[in-house]
Amino acid sequence: MVPSATEIAPPALVSRITHWINAVAITLMIGSGWRIYNASPFFAFTFPSFLTLGGWLGGALAIHFAMMWVLAASTMIYLLHGLLTGGLRRRLLPIRPAEVLQDLRLALTFRLRHDNGRYNAVQRLMYVGVLCAIIGVVVSGLALWKPVQLHWLSLLLGGYESTRRVHFLCMAAIVLFLVVHLSLVVIVPRTLLVMLFGRSFRTESVS
Amino acid sequence: MKAETHRSALRRIERRLFLRGSLSLGAVSLLTGCNLEDDDAVDKTLFAMSRWNDRVQAALFNAERLAPTYTRAEVTKPFPFNAYYQEDQAPVVDAATFRLQVSGLVRETRPWTLADLNALPQESQITRHICIEGWSAIGEWSGVRFSHFLQRIGADTRARYVAFRCADNYTSTIDMATALHPQTLLALRFGDETLPRAYGFPMKLRVPTKLGFKNPKYIVALSVTNVDPGGFWERFGYNWFSGL
Repeated sequence: MVPSATEIAPPALVSRITHWINAVAITLMIGSGWRIYNASPFFAFTFPSFLTLGGWLGGALAIHFAMMWVLAASTMIYLLHGLLTGGLRRRLLPIRPAEVLQDLRLALTFRLRHDNGRYNAVQRLMYVGVLCAIIGVVVSGLALWKPVQLHWLSLLLGGYESTRRVHFLCMAAIVLFLVVHLSLVVIVPRTLLVMLFGRSFRTESVS
Repeated sequence: MKAETHRSALRRIERRLFLRGSLSLGAVSLLTGCNLEDDDAVDKTLFAMSRWNDRVQAALFNAERLAPTYTRAEVTKPFPFNAYYQEDQAPVVDAATFRLQVSGLVRETRPWTLADLNALPQESQITRHICIEGWSAIGEWSGVRFSHFLQRIGADTRARYVAFRCADNYTSTIDMATALHPQTLLALRFGDETLPRAYGFPMKLRVPTKLGFKNPKYIVALSVTNVDPGGFWERFGYNWFSGL
């Protein structure tokens, strides 16, 4: 496939660096978060121990409360950069329901082609969705960490016990995204090169 | 059930030092780059981050911000028993012979009987106890406002910490700013009754601005100090400030 004329620049260096920092931070946050959840589960299940990080509650909390700064800072830098350069708007908007449905139908029948640097409507929806989930997980996390000092935030999320569930649901949304995201990387491996090196080596090798 | 979690956690800790082994090999290699053997670097990083979090939390702590209060109808029934041992192993303290020992940077080190403490002005609060495990429960505690007690013993409130020792050998230390918070209570009663054995008789420090493990029960001695003698769970790696 020849790159289409509408292909836009690969992700900026800032986006790529924050992407990989977040990849590590989110993995550690989920692994330790599952261990913390297991200490006092509010659904009828716990996470298998081998999928969790920290070894025990104290270790998991130490990881969680260390990595939260990394996740929050990296996400903030990504968002500020994306908003200031307009990259966020250019790449992720617009999201039109009709286009989402059409691209979803194509994707599910394996007829949706991948263009490096240009997101289809389903991708745009998913990336905006996961950004909202990350913002949600950070905000609800802050409310759980400081339910007295940030009482107003806790109230906004329905109180302490409700906030725990909001935090869990945001995590679940991120995990759901990761399942799809990683599956797509497996299907289209060259996207990994673009995210690592900022360009695909495919065109050079062809020409 | 709660005691079960704490005990099993303790068993696991006994096989480890502090946070050693707290990350899987994969995560260790992510953090340290290459060295899979040496997870001391991970422990040190996590420990340093925990001390950084102490400082951030001390800065975020607002001496005037009150923990939300609730109505009697919202009190959790039954209020959970919680310790690192089973309820039948909770210490039994004889009310008649009990004396609260006071030491450190205070003017008066005279021990206090329960009658003395009950004679001081009493206050009530209905607040949410939040456990480090995540669960929470609303309870009603009454007793002496702790800042009032500190004033009565002539405590040097410029000191950094108040340290507690308990009948079950539990220990914990809190910062002076939290000790002086208007809702920090030397609780002598739960609901309408004398603080039951399960909830910490003869007294519990009720600190609604900190996690449950920073609310020592079965208190037998307290000390005003500039040197933190360390706390039971804090030594295993729970965050020291643990403010809410």
